[in-house]
Amino acid sequence: MNFVIPDFYPAAAELFVAAMSFVILLVGTFKQSARHFVYTLTQITLVGAAAITWQTMDGQVNFTFSNMYVDDLMGDVLKLMLYLSVAAVLVYSRGYMNDRKMETTEYYLLAIYATLGMMVMISANHFLTIYLGLELLSLALYAMVALERDSARATEAAMKYFVLGALASGLLLYGISMIYGATGTLEISNVAQAIYHQAGNRTVLMFGLVFVVAGLAFKLGVVPFHMWIPDVYQGAPAAITLFIASAPKLAAFAMAMRLLVNGLFELAEQWQSMLMFLAVLSIVLGNLAAIAQTNIKRMLGYSGISHMGFMLLGLMSGVVGGDRHFALNAYSSSMFYVIAYVLMSLASFGVILLMSRAGFEAEALDDFKGLNKRSSWFAGVMAMVMFSMAGIPFFIGFFAKFSVLQAVVAAGYIWLAILAVIMSLIGAFYYLRVVKIMYFDEPADNTPIGATLDMRVLLSLNGLAIAVLGLLPQSLMTWCAYSLLGSL
Amino acid sequence: MDFQSVVFYFFSAVMVLASLRVITARNPVHAALFLVLAFFSAGGIWMLLRAEFLAIALVMVYVGAVMVLFLFVVMMLDINLERIRQGFWSYLPIGAVVGLLMVAEMAIVVGGRYFGLEGMPTPAEPEPGYSNTKELGRLLYTEYVYPFELASIVLLVAMIAAVALTLRKRTGVKKIDPAAQVAVNRDDRVRIVSMRAEKE
Repeated sequence: MNFVIPDFYPAAAELFVAAMSFVILLVGTFKQSARHFVYTLTQITLVGAAAITWQTMDGQVNFTFSNMYVDDLMGDVLKLMLYLSVAAVLVYSRGYMNDRKMETTEYYLLAIYATLGMMVMISANHFLTIYLGLELLSLALYAMVALERDSARATEAAMKYFVLGALASGLLLYGISMIYGATGTLEISNVAQAIYHQAGNRTVLMFGLVFVVAGLAFKLGVVPFHMWIPDVYQGAPAAITLFIASAPKLAAFAMAMRLLVNGLFELAEQWQSMLMFLAVLSIVLGNLAAIAQTNIKRMLGYSGISHMGFMLLGLMSGVVGGDRHFALNAYSSSMFYVIAYVLMSLASFGVILLMSRAGFEAEALDDFKGLNKRSSWFAGVMAMVMFSMAGIPFFIGFFAKFSVLQAVVAAGYIWLAILAVIMSLIGAFYYLRVVKIMYFDEPADNTPIGATLDMRVLLSLNGLAIAVLGLLPQSLMTWCAYSLLGSL
Repeated sequence: MDFQSVVFYFFSAVMVLASLRVITARNPVHAALFLVLAFFSAGGIWMLLRAEFLAIALVMVYVGAVMVLFLFVVMMLDINLERIRQGFWSYLPIGAVVGLLMVAEMAIVVGGRYFGLEGMPTPAEPEPGYSNTKELGRLLYTEYVYPFELASIVLLVAMIAAVALTLRKRTGVKKIDPAAQVAVNRDDRVRIVSMRAEKE
């Protein structure tokens, strides 16, 4: 048996992050007081990984590690976005975690390992690596939710997340085992080949597909697998909620692309109807339930459910009656949507973190009363985010919704597009309510908003990105379409 | 029925009964012990499949280490059975319906029709000198090295998470640092003061 050393070059970013995580672990263990140093090292890791990914990005599809790892343009673009969002999360959350005595080495380590897990998921070409990446991400997230040990709410949220997450992993594994039983392989490109050549029994494949979609739906947090979202978003410390609500959505999108589009594309007709069911339910329930919320974290949780429903609208309109011409357009609109959502999610939770301080959580809607009088700039940023989430022109959220709806109409689901528009109109109510509270209500407390310079600058840039990309969405859209070209 | 089938059915029957007792036993310690029995029978079945390494690993790791730990935990924790059983009857109808539906669906798919002996190719007879353990090791460290290393990182994260969630630094405890005790110098303990001798 001759063994060839795998080509490490395509996976250089993952290896770098893994190596740096061990350095951080050692530094954190032996220099207990070096919190700033650990923070800086973590950010250096992310910047370094971004540089490596940028360097190794060549637009070709490379396989390595016995075809378990794939390096393509979609993965590279998603990874760059992932580094950016994790770095932003760490900047936003630093003050918050420090105020609550939670800014420990473990926090940064868990964040780095979660990032590594997401990178593995994004670049997976094997069911086994998808699953391991997912577990790496989830395990780190469960622990992060429970980091605030003295809070009963956080512990409860972590328990719920853990139990439901384990169940979802079980569903996913069961589905994967069925697909393995039908096709005899776990490698995603081989699965696609096998199904194309009519191998395996359709009944078994369908059975596996249902479980895979269910597991995926849980990770995306779409109805009816959304039960964990409101409780976890509300119960977790705001900084961790920010983490959960941003980067993992990118990874979940990548997982959906790898599993459904790369692996089970032959079954597109079947999974599209399942996704349609999930999307309709999520958009309706997410928007209606968000209206009743008084806690802004919970409200953003429900809004996230509806946004993920919108994202699925793009994924479900790729193939129409066996015609695959729409696929590129539809999937790139989904990718644009998920990137736009991550940007908006970062900014909205960023403002929540900005307003929280030691011993005070800005999480009720009423805490935003009269924000304009306290800081008109950040009230403006929050207003922009809310307009963008509601889908008001000309912010990035509008173009995200627009392109997804375009794909839906092109696929011939006019009724679905109308329903989505009506639901986002209803949804505009609770977004605009936040704007109304910020601008037209009298402030309840007048504590000045204190935040470090880096956070102010980054949050401002984040808000500006939402506005500027809304005016000039073309370049990002082209990037999404171009990057998907090689992966379809 | 040849000897192999007899052994297979014996181990299977023991395993099914033991698994049933795991979830029906009233005493958690008994449940844990029945789980040990189920693992042991599963090890036997693996042995029949000529997967010796997996069989021994199952017995050593699960029976020897994990279950013993489990037993300790069960004995240490004072589990209130009454509270666990609360709401059992109110959840039973819906739970039973969902469970039966899933079992029926699984039976349709996983039954002999698709995964029966006819559907699967007969494995080749291994050549003499074939070592199950060696083959496993070869695969793990060559073809599957990437997921193998990932699994090790998952375990590392589990360790970090356990430390992050349970290690508490209590302040105000009068504890002694042995390293400082050992490293102590004469000068730290004794101060020689030179003073003038005085007469009464």
